[in-house]
Amino acid sequence: MNELFDMPSYLEHSYLGLVGLHVREALLPVLVGLIVALPLAQLCVRFRWLYPPVLWVTTVLYAIPSLAFFVILIDYTGLSELTVMIPLAVYSLVVLVPAIVDGVRSVPQETLAAATAMGFGPVRRYVQVQLPIAAPAILAGLRVACVSSISLVSVGMLIGNEGALGNLLDSGMRFNQPRLVWLSVVSTAVLAILVDALLIVLRVLVTPWMPRGTRTASRTAAAKEGAL
Amino acid sequence: MIRIDSVTKRYPDGTVAVDRLSLDIPDRAITVLVGPSGCGKTTTLRMINRMVEPSEGTILLDGKDIQQQPVNTLRRSMGYVIQNAGLFQHRTILDNIATVPRMLGWGKEKSRARARELMERVGLDGALAKRYPYQLSGGQQQRVGVARALAADPPVLLMDEPFSAVDPVVRKGLQDELLRIQGELGKTIVFVTHDIDEAVKLGTMVAVMRTGGHLAQFAPPAELLSHPADAFVEDFLGADRGIRRLSFFPSAGLELLTAPIVAVDATAEQITAAGAGDAPYLLVTDPDGKPLGWSEPQELTAGEIKADRLLSYGRPFVAGSDSLRAALDCAVLSPTGWAVAVDAEGRAAGVVSQQVIGEAIRGAHAERRADDTAQKVAP
Repeated sequence: MNELFDMPSYLEHSYLGLVGLHVREALLPVLVGLIVALPLAQLCVRFRWLYPPVLWVTTVLYAIPSLAFFVILIDYTGLSELTVMIPLAVYSLVVLVPAIVDGVRSVPQETLAAATAMGFGPVRRYVQVQLPIAAPAILAGLRVACVSSISLVSVGMLIGNEGALGNLLDSGMRFNQPRLVWLSVVSTAVLAILVDALLIVLRVLVTPWMPRGTRTASRTAAAKEGAL
Repeated sequence: MIRIDSVTKRYPDGTVAVDRLSLDIPDRAITVLVGPSGCGKTTTLRMINRMVEPSEGTILLDGKDIQQQPVNTLRRSMGYVIQNAGLFQHRTILDNIATVPRMLGWGKEKSRARARELMERVGLDGALAKRYPYQLSGGQQQRVGVARALAADPPVLLMDEPFSAVDPVVRKGLQDELLRIQGELGKTIVFVTHDIDEAVKLGTMVAVMRTGGHLAQFAPPAELLSHPADAFVEDFLGADRGIRRLSFFPSAGLELLTAPIVAVDATAEQITAAGAGDAPYLLVTDPDGKPLGWSEPQELTAGEIKADRLLSYGRPFVAGSDSLRAALDCAVLSPTGWAVAVDAEGRAAGVVSQQVIGEAIRGAHAERRADDTAQKVAP
């Protein structure tokens, strides 16, 4: 059993070390992406004309291959984790910004009017009314962003030992060791499924106010965004 | 008092939503703004809590210009009820109602206690407190909306077509409930609707507005129905204005006949005596005095009266408290042409013919005309 998880020494990590690195490199960028996307999306809601150009820019950034990003970033951040994580954070915006914008826009007009009429200022209204009601849509976006980020981390192996489970896959192929290839692929998939499941649990916990029917509806929305 | 003083709302594209509108909205009464869509009624309402700012003119609340007051303080002093309720779907019913008290810094326990008190006041089961809005019917949600608006006990209540999205039966219930609550609390209510029947039913004063934001007429509902200011108001009031106006004439003066009433267990002598009067039909009641139906006197044989052979008596009116409209409706519905009056317990209090109701209507009209003339002479 232990043999299965034995790692070649040149990977410089134990199996669990690789998994930990993978998780960190995948999820930290999504967190940063979320922190950037929240105010950006709010600006897009506030100034409608801003949304199409922002969407266009995030899509173009998403189309840039990560290798091209690495080439530019290596001059500044070297062969480090940061060089892997910056492109991933940028990529997450393409999913997160529309998810937040659509979520915030889906708050019914009557609800907003009622909040304003009760004396909610713009900030209080955003934090206490719009964001909580947009939470299911934002979490749906986060699921897509996290899963895609987990699969994208592997390209970090292009700049050396920063691809976590991607380096495992690489060495398995290079030295013709099917065990390492399978271990890498299965581990990445299991990680993605686990993180996705955690986010579903989180959604159920933070939205006790949602009717059961719409839970499936927002799932379909997430699937559609995934297809994009 | 809310005084709207020659207020105009002009949008940047040049459309005028409200045009030099002046209205004195009385305290502790329901003032209804009614009119077709695009008449500026909602815009007018939203100018009162500054969700829309007027282009010209001023609005005074108890003599003070609302422009001079901090906007959120002003809004928290006015309850606001909206179509479809606009509840916070992510908060429980109790927390929805407690919103404004919480913002005013009342503390959690006090706010929730107040919210529970209001649930009772608007007729909501306390068991709903921990539910979320999606678990409630449209009518219940609207009650929560009213409770939320009343939570901080504001002197003013603004209601924007609050009952338009619920079905007619529920709407009638909500209207009756609003009148009951208003009877208890005496708020200054401004109520917007496009439904003239709702306006006539709820309003102490009714402002009829026409497209372009002009005021067509501002009057109590009875006066609106009797003296519409112009063809537009008359048209807006609809075809059966005469019948509807009867709602404002009490039935208390109607002379009720008790002679043509017999109990189902009456003796032959009683039936003969009852049939001796002018009435062509006799009303048969059960032993408690509740009406069963009509019959011609010669059809009735003592001891053999069958309830299922009687003619239906339509829908009775409550003697004294119902209007002449209810009495007339009852007489028209009844195949015999006679209306049945009942007391509060539903026991037959008497019967009255269409002819007598007609005379009462003519009498009431004459009285109103005399009042009108007196009023015109007095000032």
